[in-house]
Amino acid sequence: MRALVWHGANDIRCDTVPDPEIEHPRDAIVKVTTCAICGSDLHLHDNVMPGMEKGDIVGHEFMGEVMEVGSEAKSALKVGERVVVPFTIWCGECDQCKRGNYSVCERSNRNKAMADKLFGHTTAGLFGYTHLTGGYAGGQAEYVRVPMADRTHIKIPGGLTDEQVLFLGDIFPTGWQAAAQCDIQPTDTVAIWGCGPVGQMTIRSAILLGARQVIAIDRVPERLAMAKAGGAITIDFEEESVVERLNELTGGKGPEKCIDAVGMEAHATATLDSMYDRAKQALMLESDRAHVLREMIYVCRPAGTLSIPGVYGGLVDKMPFGMAMNKGLTWRMGQTHVNRWTDDLLNRIQEGQIDPSFVITHTVPLDQGPEMYKTFRDKRDGCIKVVLKP
Amino acid sequence: MAYYDRSSAGDNLARGLGWFSIGLGVAELMAGRSIARWMGMEDKTNLIRAYGVREITAGVGLLALGDPKPWIWSRIAGDAVDMATLAAGMKDNPRAGNARIAFGAVMAATALDVVCAQKLHQEEAYYRSLPVPDYSDRSGFPRPVSAMRGAASDAPVGEDMRTPKILRFQPAQSQSANS
Repeated sequence: MRALVWHGANDIRCDTVPDPEIEHPRDAIVKVTTCAICGSDLHLHDNVMPGMEKGDIVGHEFMGEVMEVGSEAKSALKVGERVVVPFTIWCGECDQCKRGNYSVCERSNRNKAMADKLFGHTTAGLFGYTHLTGGYAGGQAEYVRVPMADRTHIKIPGGLTDEQVLFLGDIFPTGWQAAAQCDIQPTDTVAIWGCGPVGQMTIRSAILLGARQVIAIDRVPERLAMAKAGGAITIDFEEESVVERLNELTGGKGPEKCIDAVGMEAHATATLDSMYDRAKQALMLESDRAHVLREMIYVCRPAGTLSIPGVYGGLVDKMPFGMAMNKGLTWRMGQTHVNRWTDDLLNRIQEGQIDPSFVITHTVPLDQGPEMYKTFRDKRDGCIKVVLKP
Repeated sequence: MAYYDRSSAGDNLARGLGWFSIGLGVAELMAGRSIARWMGMEDKTNLIRAYGVREITAGVGLLALGDPKPWIWSRIAGDAVDMATLAAGMKDNPRAGNARIAFGAVMAATALDVVCAQKLHQEEAYYRSLPVPDYSDRSGFPRPVSAMRGAASDAPVGEDMRTPKILRFQPAQSQSANS
């Protein structure tokens, strides 16, 4: 089969690789009909996430048709069913899964020992996202093996297109959880850094959850335009001061809720601290550029909440933690517990309350994926979300 | 927004110059005295080492800090300073021939820097000339935003996702109601 394969920094290729096979009775094989490049895939492309190996198949946002089901998954899945696959693999049996904390499933990471060493305790296995999270083959491919498939799926009813439901596997519930864990009140101003795909979903989620005012921060004109369409007041951080504008929009008090939809690769040249981070990153003295976190701590209203759906990979530097402590900020973060939200979100899509396909700007065949990684990374051609068709 | 393309010809040249900058900078820093002696400018040893730090900074900027244009221009400015230093050092210098060789090398590097800067600015002009896609109608909502605000305020959000009551930000109204 054909798949997008990681060969090193800035080197993802469309290769021919062996077809996946059932390896465990709980597995299923899914024929991928549609998949997408996620912003967090760019961290792999740019080689800033540790734990990738040459030959790894990437991609964790995909859906398709069930082709084969292992003996222990047959009660939950049938051949021919249409499923979106969540990017977090979960067993449904461990303490964390029973609490709904699927992204920290204790059993699905087959490289648990490695993750235990790095994180203290393992998190869930993820598709196509380093050997620290299990080294599972990803879904930017014609076929994919889904481990623990009796749990790791979202069944899709007829009448909905792939494009409408694909993002249930990652960016839609990620944006939703980012907003939901802010516990948004009708009086709240929610400031969201980053108008990429997760940022766009977060904006819509914050509006649906009833925020009085949503403010979106970015520098790319077409992304800001899309944010504005979704109901956000926009700030172009290359044109105006984020701190001054946020104070102006909140009567000098700061937003009650701040959401980081950027993560570890904050734009490198806009501010002195970003340049410092980038230089340290280049010298391997730091792994993550945390400008957005620093800015959120500074601008957030005391007793407010910081929500972090943006992916961080390792060490950050110069964190004004004293400021955060003295302001009494609440921190909420983590990978998304995808299946916790998807029943409700699927209903909302079916009812027509939201159509997540608004974010798609490019649809291309799988073999054009490597080129689209570069287009997406460099934000060329108005690119916000790339969908691939195997 | 500053435009640059991390896989363009201009960017590749900028990266090459970045590595060159770091190599030259390390050489100037580590072997400043030998370089100064070879050019007959022993009194400028510390200055050459300082230039080495400047070169390394420009190299890191070109390789790691996004838009390479400001760093290429910093290199061009640095080249001018280098040439001025070399020109001044040729007077009454028994090794003026070596200083002239160095001057020629700096001129060649300057030419490459100028070509690179031109290329990067041409690429930016090209990207700026492309039409910006219009996404102003992509709300994702079936009705105007004002009608959708709070439409999911009844969403099932578990207590563990809520801010604990004691930590919850209290709006001014409820504060006054409590007092």
